[in-house]
Amino acid sequence: MASGEEDRTVEEKETNNKKRTKGAIATAWLTFYNIAMTAGWLVLAVVMVRYYLQKGTHKGLYKNIARTLKFSQTFALLEVGHCAIGIVRTSVIVTGVQVCSRIFMVWFITNSIRQIQNEESVILFVVVWTITEITRYSFYTFNLLNHLPYFIKWARYNMFIVMYPLGVIGELLTIHAALPYVRRSGMYSLRLPNKYNVSFDYYYFLIIVMLSYIPLFPQLYFHMLRQRRRVLHGEIVVEKDE
Amino acid sequence: MGHVEILDAKTKDKLCFLDKVEPNATIGEIKSMFHKSHPQWYPARQSIRLDPKGKSLKDEDVLQYLPVGTTATFYFRDLGAQISWVTVFLTEYAGPLLIYLMFYFRVPFIYASKYDFTTSKHWVVHLACMCHSFHYVKRLLETLFVHRFSHGTMPLRNIFKNCTYYWGFAAWMAYYINHPLYTPPIYGEQQIRLALIVFLFCQIGNFSIHIALRNLRPPGSKTRKIPYPTKNPFTWIFLLVSCPNYTYELGSWLGFTLMTQCLPVAAFTLVGFIQMTVWAKGKHRSYLKEFRDYPTLRSPILPFIL
Repeated sequence: MASGEEDRTVEEKETNNKKRTKGAIATAWLTFYNIAMTAGWLVLAVVMVRYYLQKGTHKGLYKNIARTLKFSQTFALLEVGHCAIGIVRTSVIVTGVQVCSRIFMVWFITNSIRQIQNEESVILFVVVWTITEITRYSFYTFNLLNHLPYFIKWARYNMFIVMYPLGVIGELLTIHAALPYVRRSGMYSLRLPNKYNVSFDYYYFLIIVMLSYIPLFPQLYFHMLRQRRRVLHGEIVVEKDE
Repeated sequence: MGHVEILDAKTKDKLCFLDKVEPNATIGEIKSMFHKSHPQWYPARQSIRLDPKGKSLKDEDVLQYLPVGTTATFYFRDLGAQISWVTVFLTEYAGPLLIYLMFYFRVPFIYASKYDFTTSKHWVVHLACMCHSFHYVKRLLETLFVHRFSHGTMPLRNIFKNCTYYWGFAAWMAYYINHPLYTPPIYGEQQIRLALIVFLFCQIGNFSIHIALRNLRPPGSKTRKIPYPTKNPFTWIFLLVSCPNYTYELGSWLGFTLMTQCLPVAAFTLVGFIQMTVWAKGKHRSYLKEFRDYPTLRSPILPFIL
């Protein structure tokens, strides 16, 4: 009777302890992750600035930053995992779409289509990404350490208003510049006849990708605007019921 | 005699007050009365509940058996524009039937103009057209004469979502199967014959299940009973599976994939399988919840596996 009750509270304490340790491990990992990512993108920023100061041109810059860019951006795949296991409270789909579009740009456009690597539009979106990611990851880091300077919070929720559209312009211009090379080389494409009875044309796929920015970009943009209103002005936004 | 007041579930505004309501009135009748004072909200788009965030009450629920006082307070939520299940099914199935035929007959502007109105030289392409058309004609006839729907309507936006899915996939697979550069199955006649047997077997199976399910339910009723195997051997699969209609449907499309050896068909089969598994698991769970004596040997869609 009495010992039964004791056993129950001991069990509860054990579960609570487990929960607390899991929470502590998650926080420790996320803090490490966000510091590492902030550092990665800072390195990228420094390399870009140094190159431009030394050479005075953006030509050849991509080759210098290619490895760091690929590494930092691909690592961000972990963030989808963070949402999936619940240690970060964001929608898996929103994060997934964001990260996938970045991976796509890095690996399937700039990395594989060498002729467009010196385009200005590439520099545009890489600069935008760098500024955005440094702000974002330092915001997460300081948040996890419970010591968030207001200017970081301000930057995180205001800079995107300009950065987001600029980044989209950079990305779209880059894909557009890549189109003639894709068409000429027929890369990543599968023609008929073949035993799978399917075909894939990377050229038309890229056109569809460009068109998909039209519905997708406003959704992500307004999502950020809503978050901004909630965080900075404490407005209670009534979400539309489905 | 009781009174009924209906409040908006979100704003709690008083929308309607019905006085002198019979205690044996059903929710369905109350919805009709509410519709008279708010003609834009026909009964199919009304969700009436006891609690603003609670579950919808059923049309058959009777006023006096609900936990309410002499004045019943209900909360109303607008479900949005509704469309009947029959309309949605007919539209989403008529599309693939017609679209596939357009590709089969090589209507102009799809393939190079020298192929306009020609026919494929591969006999499997003709067979595939017959199977695909038969499948959708069967679905249309079942919608009109066999199925007994629990719900009358679904949200209007579903018709756009569903038609995009069915029509889009039909166009995608029809384009390749009827293409002048189509490659017939590697293993030739053997592969096609096996595929056809699988396809026909599963079509008959699927139809048998639909008939068995229909016979569970008297006309116009919404009763739910556990389905059991009948004298028809195609229904004996009920011993192992809760939703054998989905099992047979998967089998039909696997057969069609084998017959056409076409990747888009495989993709369509996969996506359909994922969706049907979700539905089967849901149905299986509600069977378990509703019937305490539900047979334990049954799996949702694949015997012993899923």
